[in-house]
Parts: sequence; C-alpha cells; structure tokens
Amino acid sequence: MNLHEYQGKQLLRRYGVSVPVGFIANNSDEALSAAKKISDETNSTLWVVKAQIHAGGRGKGGGVKIAKSLDEVKQLASEIIGMQLVTHQTGPQGKMVNKVLVEQNVFYAGESEPKEFYISVLLNRETGRNIIMYTTEGGMDIEEVAANTPELIYKEEIDPRVGLQAFQARKIAFNLGLSGKAMKEMVKFVTALYKAYEGTDSSMFEINPVLKTSDNLILALDSKVSIDDNALYRHQDIAEMRDITEEDPAEVEAGKYNLNFVKLDGNVGCMVNGAGLAMATMDIIKLSGGDPANFLDVGGTANAVTVEAGFRIILKDPNVKAILINIFGGIVRCDRVAQGVVDAYKSIGNIKVPVIVRLQGTNAIEGKELIDASGLKVFSAITLKEAADLVKEVMV
Amino acid sequence: MSVLVNKDSKIIVQGFTGTEGTFHATQMIDYGTNVVGGVTPGKGGKYHLGKPVFDTVAEAVEKVGANVSLIFVPPAFAADAIMEAADAGIKVIVTITEGIPTSDMVLVKEFLKGKDCRMVGPNCPGVITPGEAKVGIMPGFIHKKGTIGIVSRSGTLTYEAVDQITKAGLGQSTCIGIGGDPIIGTSTKEAVELLMNDPETEGIIMIGEIGGNMEADAARWIKEHGTKPVVGFIAGQTAPKGRRMGHAGAIIGGADDTAAAKMKIMRECGLHVVESPASLGKTMLEALGRN
Repeated sequence: MNLHEYQGKQLLRRYGVSVPVGFIANNSDEALSAAKKISDETNSTLWVVKAQIHAGGRGKGGGVKIAKSLDEVKQLASEIIGMQLVTHQTGPQGKMVNKVLVEQNVFYAGESEPKEFYISVLLNRETGRNIIMYTTEGGMDIEEVAANTPELIYKEEIDPRVGLQAFQARKIAFNLGLSGKAMKEMVKFVTALYKAYEGTDSSMFEINPVLKTSDNLILALDSKVSIDDNALYRHQDIAEMRDITEEDPAEVEAGKYNLNFVKLDGNVGCMVNGAGLAMATMDIIKLSGGDPANFLDVGGTANAVTVEAGFRIILKDPNVKAILINIFGGIVRCDRVAQGVVDAYKSIGNIKVPVIVRLQGTNAIEGKELIDASGLKVFSAITLKEAADLVKEVMV
Repeated sequence: MSVLVNKDSKIIVQGFTGTEGTFHATQMIDYGTNVVGGVTPGKGGKYHLGKPVFDTVAEAVEKVGANVSLIFVPPAFAADAIMEAADAGIKVIVTITEGIPTSDMVLVKEFLKGKDCRMVGPNCPGVITPGEAKVGIMPGFIHKKGTIGIVSRSGTLTYEAVDQITKAGLGQSTCIGIGGDPIIGTSTKEAVELLMNDPETEGIIMIGEIGGNMEADAARWIKEHGTKPVVGFIAGQTAPKGRRMGHAGAIIGGADDTAAAKMKIMRECGLHVVESPASLGKTMLEALGRN
C-alpha cells in the first residue's frame, strides 16, 4: 500500500525523523490557517504548497509552488486543489488533487550552503536483508543516477540480528561528505529513518531529497512510502491511511470480491486462476495479436459468484473486445467453473463480446461439454494453444 | 532418485487439524504420500485422519522420525512454525502459506542460515515426486513419473507445464514450486542445481516471472555448470512497471526485473527460451531431440 507524502511524514515524525513544519489542507481556507500556524511556529515568511497525489514528478507538473504571501498561499491552494495533475508517472489523464500539504520554507540563508541528498531503505531480495541506499545526488531521479553515475550510489546492508549499528550510520554521514553538527544530525536522522521503516513494516521508504539546511539540520523534504500489504494486519492505524480515491475504481471493486485485479489499457480482458498463469495468459493474448486489458487472478475459489463479479468488472471497460477465461482445475473443478460461467453469462444478459473459456485439469472435458451444450456464444478450449488460436480468430 | 522428497520421506503437516491442513493432508494420503502425523499445538495426543497429532515438531521428530514438514499455518504464525521445524531438525520444510510479512521472512532467512535444512516456499504449491510423494496442494493426477524436473515460482502455471510434459509422454522426476514471495527459502538457481545433480532428471523446465534476479542467476549458473537441456519461460512480458501482479514478488522495479531482460540473459546462457507458455512441452521434446 502506498502512502501520500504527508502520511509518510506523519510516520517519520512519530519515529523522530525531522521533517519541515507543515499541515495538510483540504481547501484554500485550511491552507491559509496552516500557513499562519507555520509562521507562528517558525517565523517562516515563505511557504511551500504541495499537491498530494500518489505519483512522482509533482514539481515539474506544476503541483508544487512557493508562496511569498499568505494571500498567495490561499491563491495557490485553490489553484492546485481540484486540478488534474499530470506527471510522468500519472499517465496523460493525470490525477485529481484533493489535498495540499503546506510547509515552511527550509531553504533559508545561514552559516553554510544547503545540500540535498537521496536516502532510501528497502529490501535487497538477493540477500533477504534490508539495505540503506544513498547518494549525494539528491533531488534527482535515482534511476537516472544509477544509469549514469552508478559509482555515486552507496549501499549499506543491515544485519537483521542486530539492526542498524551506529558505525553504519556514521559511515553514511561521512560518505555524504558531512562533518561536525551536520554529521551528528545525519546519524540521528538515518537511525530514526531505519526505525521508522522497520516499525511500520514498510517495503520502501524513499526520502528524496534529504536536506542539510544552512544551519546544519537534516530534514526529510519528501517521503515516498510503501507498506508491506502482508503486514498491514498488525498496523491498523496505517491501514486506515489507505486513500481509495488514488486507486482505480475497478480495482477497488474487485478487491471486495477478493479478486486480484490490475487495470491495463488493452482490448482483451482475461480471468485466470493463479497469478503466474494470469501473467502467462496476458502474454498469450499479446502473442495472439491482442493486448491484455487487465490482470485478474480469481484465486483458488473460481465459482459463479467470483466469475460473475469478474465478468462485470471486465465489461465495464469499453475497450474490451473479447474475454479469455483460463482456468487450470486442480482443487477447483472445471465443470463447476463452467457452470459458473454459464450462470454468470445468463445472469448478466447481454454480453456483446466473444468469450473464450479454456478449461484444463480436473473435469475439464465435462466442463467443456457443459459450455458447448449451453447454447451461449461462448467458445471453449482445452489446451492453451487452442485458446491462443481462438483469441487470434476473434481478434481478426 | 528424485530430489527433496520421495517414498521414504516421513512427512508431517503443521496446521494439521485446520481446514486447509485437513483437506490437503487427506489428498496427500490418498495419493500415497507417507504422512506420519501432524502438529497442532494444544491438540497433541489425539489422532486426526488416522495419524497422530503432536503438540510440537520436536515431538513428531522424536516419536515418528519426521524429516519433512508441510506448513499450512496462517500468515501471522507461519514464521514461528518454520523456525520451530528447523529447530527440531526437520530437513525439508515446505511452506504453503501465502501472505507472510516480509519482515518476518527476513528473520526466518537469518534463522535458517547454517542449519542443516532446506526451506521451499513460502507462497508456493509445494514439491511433488510423482508416484512417490505429494507434499503440497498440487492436483496429483496431472503428474506422471518421468524424467523432467520442473522449477517454478507459480502454482497453476506449474500445473500447465506439468500437464504439457505429461502429454508429451515424458513425465516428471520432481516438481518444485519455489514460491512467489520476495524472500523464499530455495532460489531458482538452488532448485535447478538440485535437479541438475539428480541422475534421474534428463531435462529441466524453469519457469520464472517478473521481479528480482533469480532467473538471471540461475541462467548464469546453468551456462557454467549445466549438463542437461533447460527450457525456460518468464511470465509477465506484458506486465506494467511498478504494479504488483498478484504475487508479492512479481513487480517490475528496474530494467533487470522485466521478462524481456531475463529472457535475453537466459537465451545468452544457452537455455531454450519459449515466448509462449503453450509450447513448453513441445520445446522440451525438441531440446531432447525427440520431436
């Protein structure tokens, strides 16, 4: 589960990671009072207004602005809230902004130059251990840094038996070129950041940029946080941070039926039992001249209810020109799935696109016979090859 | 031969008396698997499905000589169950449970280091040596004793491969479902290595998916040490970046995670890579020179 920047910063604050003073606002009035509160606490006379959507590149898309007066805070907030923000991660349709985060300006003048870094905590799948990845090249796209100057990216692996050690935090601070107060502040920052990552069962905590201020404080200017879905059961407070307006409505609907659904932009819908087979089915659609419209794993319980829910969700997409149902019966019996398909088909009524049902495994032949005898416009197949050929046929 | 499990394996089920455990243990026994008992803390001393129930894995090891354990314990308690099995001296631990928190698995992985045991899974269909032992949730009847080893991160896609191999007249030596999570006990490379060293295995099917670098690692190892044909497939050629595709581990983060990148390395390392999962069986026959 992904969090908004302001939610990530709430978690960071909870674990003692320093972040700029800021408040969330749902409208321009709230933004104004947020700005006033910030001034009372920090004497800041500049404010940053930041659109809260689940996507990077908000600044370039016009979703992050600096206000020089309270009037301007109100003005910018009213412009940004309600806008359809387009960034390189949102797709061309963009994402609706519902909230802004108003923060103090932290690029004030002082004894030293401010500096920006990049720090993230994530799992190294190769070793099964967490790592802290960091670079002096803050504020940039980390994938670009990795591609162009990989030597500038450092990784510190954490031994799970003892956790992050002080010497490791110091090493990170020194590698980032810090000394004196800034070095000590960075050690505190990294230590608290790792605690936040572990304590919240996150799968990623990315802070880009991390700022060393002109008075040598270390602050998290942004936060990109992903929580491990499998661990949400022990973090009810974080689970409540879920923002379903950030998710595709079809995916939210599918979740209610325990269907694992990912919306794609192709023209052939598919419904499959098992994640690997579902991905493989998408690949077959592509090889047969179509484009997958979705990923849909119905899991181990493919019955009339789940099949009907799957049908309805797929059919909401006007781009869908055909549907391929691919079930490998193991515990699930194919004749039951076939009956489910027939029932769902009749219950929905006017399915205008061709439906191809491929049943293999337990009672596959009985299932195919059931489909063939139903009189419905449903094509049936037993082997994967036959199913692929049928997709080719209906796509012509 | 065969690997990991055979007719002599003494198998227990952790989470034996639960719904899942009961259903699948019944199927395993019907298949002819040597299930010697089960563990459900608090229900020790009873009998279930005609087999003894123990409070602890250690007791099952001591009293019935258990050396393989199959775990159906719910996600919140699964890490503990795995560590208990390892601590009790179980040699092969097969974890079916889906949804174990990654942070739990980080600790489990550390705990298992240096212990004389192998874990397969979690979030996997299990391991089967056809005709000898079915240690998992796969449908037994699609398998046939034979000479092809299968390694896969997914469940039903493995069944697909099994079915094609059976219909090609080859059959399977051992099928290892390694699981779809980011942290798993046995990697693609380790599973391939087991089968490469198994004299009964003539050829290997290696099925991967997007996310991680296990398939590339395995491919490089095969290039160096391989002595048998390996047919490979990577699911998710059409998967978008940054989205989790069902399995917790199936997500494209960087360029190396894509199906295209993995297939390229596999081809370069001499594997017989198929574009379509419909041609796994046919390609294996060709690779063995029997088409």
